[in-house]
Amino acid sequence: MDGLLHQVFSGLATGGIYASVALALVMIYQATHHVNFAQGEMAMFSTYIALTLIQAGVPYWWAFAITLVVSFAIGAVIQRVLMTPMANAPVLASVGIFIGLLLMFNSCAGWFFGYTLKPFPSPFGEGKPMLAGYLSRHELGSTAVTLAVLLSVWAFFRFTRLGLAMRAAAYNPASSRLVGVNVDRMLALGWGLAAAIGAIAGMMVAHVVFLEPNMMSGVLLYAFAGALLGGITSPMGAVIGGFVVGVLENLGGAYVVGAELKLSLALVIIVAVLVIKPSGLFGRTIVSRV
Amino acid sequence: MQRRTLLSTIGLSTLGAMAGLGRPGAADAATPGVSATEIKIGNTEAYSGPASAYGAIGHGLVAYFKMVNDQGGVGGRKINFITVDDGYSPPRTVEQTRRLVEQDGVAFILNALGTPNNTAIEKYMNAKKVPQLFVATGADKWGDYQHYHWTMGWQPSYRIEAAVYAKDILANKPGAKIGILYQNDDFGKDYIAGMQDGLGAKFKAMVVKTASYEVTDPTIDSQIVTLQGAGADTLLVAATPKFAAQAIRKVFDINWKPLFFMTNVSSSVGAVIKPAGFDKAVGVTTVGYAKDPTDAAWANDAGMQEWRGFMAKYMPNADLSDANYVYAYGVGVTTMQVLRQCGKDFSRANIMKQAANLHDLVVPTLLPGIKINTSPTNYHPIRQMQLQKWNGKTWERFGQIVGA
Repeated sequence: MDGLLHQVFSGLATGGIYASVALALVMIYQATHHVNFAQGEMAMFSTYIALTLIQAGVPYWWAFAITLVVSFAIGAVIQRVLMTPMANAPVLASVGIFIGLLLMFNSCAGWFFGYTLKPFPSPFGEGKPMLAGYLSRHELGSTAVTLAVLLSVWAFFRFTRLGLAMRAAAYNPASSRLVGVNVDRMLALGWGLAAAIGAIAGMMVAHVVFLEPNMMSGVLLYAFAGALLGGITSPMGAVIGGFVVGVLENLGGAYVVGAELKLSLALVIIVAVLVIKPSGLFGRTIVSRV
Repeated sequence: MQRRTLLSTIGLSTLGAMAGLGRPGAADAATPGVSATEIKIGNTEAYSGPASAYGAIGHGLVAYFKMVNDQGGVGGRKINFITVDDGYSPPRTVEQTRRLVEQDGVAFILNALGTPNNTAIEKYMNAKKVPQLFVATGADKWGDYQHYHWTMGWQPSYRIEAAVYAKDILANKPGAKIGILYQNDDFGKDYIAGMQDGLGAKFKAMVVKTASYEVTDPTIDSQIVTLQGAGADTLLVAATPKFAAQAIRKVFDINWKPLFFMTNVSSSVGAVIKPAGFDKAVGVTTVGYAKDPTDAAWANDAGMQEWRGFMAKYMPNADLSDANYVYAYGVGVTTMQVLRQCGKDFSRANIMKQAANLHDLVVPTLLPGIKINTSPTNYHPIRQMQLQKWNGKTWERFGQIVGA
């Protein structure tokens, strides 16, 4: 029983990681209707920026804020420079760009910052584990941060005109243009926000898995499974999906399929969702008129 | 009459070719990669991809051979060291190795990185009869001189290492309940095999749980929890640096205090202990065979001074706490010994013959008392090591030099 509880809590802790990356995936999907494969690597790169600032003596939360701004700028610039020319190109062209970005960010991070493992500080302090050793302070803190991000993303899309305009720009660029939405600006904004959310995820994850250029490669796949499970159109769904994948993966690995098949479990979830309920648990079915 | 002349001519030329093997000059022209002025050596390395921390070894070797060339080279020839990136991906290792052998025409491949990568090229190298020397992996399979005459390891095999831990457990904690965390590949499984060697019939009773992970897993937290839950009081971790650092921290965080053995692969202070936390790693035991660059005991050691002099001149910006550079230097010294022993005959056959003919070679960066020995029936150059424990500041060696 004790072992089971331990597995559940450690699953929730890793699930929090998946949830935060899944949120960034939902953000970019809501804003552009693409899934950016380079999201994880961009987040990793942002985390290196944060670490560089912290090592230069900038206090944690200042470094956090500056990193968000810089990441936002990087995301928006990428959209403007690389994605705008692809606006009318087939989806495969965009996928090509995403994979190119993935390789670029990965190699550049290695080149600039080296491949050696680096510890990343936690703003919540080291301290002793809480809840009878089940959760660390950082795990609690980062879960709170993920929930806060979730709340803001949800409120942004639900209550602000900007959020509405952004969704419209993604759904139907032509009509949005006709009603006066600046579609290009919306897309750039979406990329920027997704990059910023990714940066938050990166800074929370890095303390747990240690910072190195390949930190996100494994995480992204699980996050993708989480986002799909919850529904890629729903921020709330993505977060719940992330936690569910984390716990399922742990319990499955420990008691059902064995640790060798943990990754396969994530892939099975992806395939199963796509076959049985493509919109996910909380997502809306998208109908496009042709 | 004519026919007899022809036959005897063939006979003579065959004889000549056979004699030519031992004759300087004649073989040079025949050996790819060896000219009157240079020897081409090839190498594949993980400069990108999941194992890119080891890229430091490749950089170290480049610098080492630059030093060799500055000092005049070997046998009147300069070393042309060609190192390429395979991203730790076996298919790319095959592609790059074929390029090195067939296009660049290297004399041999040195210190290619990775167990799966070397596995991918071993058949090719042996079919082509190109030496695959001092592979950068400690898998036990690299000592298989009977099936792979052209392939040789360098560092102690993981399996021998695990047997050393098993013997230590039997001697000091005979009632131990052992949990093993291992990477699900040849590297990790060698440790299971080594524990079986060392514990013998007691393996089944003493090992209460084994848990594996994949390199794609983000964390190994769940596996650590499983092992603790199984009641283990002794833990062996056969994991690469990132997962090793996570294991050290997780064991500390859940307040578990097992007798903790860590693979030598992840004993680097800079790459594992520092990120995990100096205080969290206290008590972790591993084996060493090379001098640790952060150990104050070697501050005035002649061998390490030699290494530091090399680093200062040829890699002035490198991280001196990274043990990969010490490793590269050791491989370089061993390689140069082989080439010097070759005399003037740099044929592939002779390079392999000399590599399998090293006797009590002392490498300045290896622990005192450890010597390199090879023979046609011993393809494990380093077979000795010493247990060491992390005391919060450095690795503290204890006990005798042990080996198999």
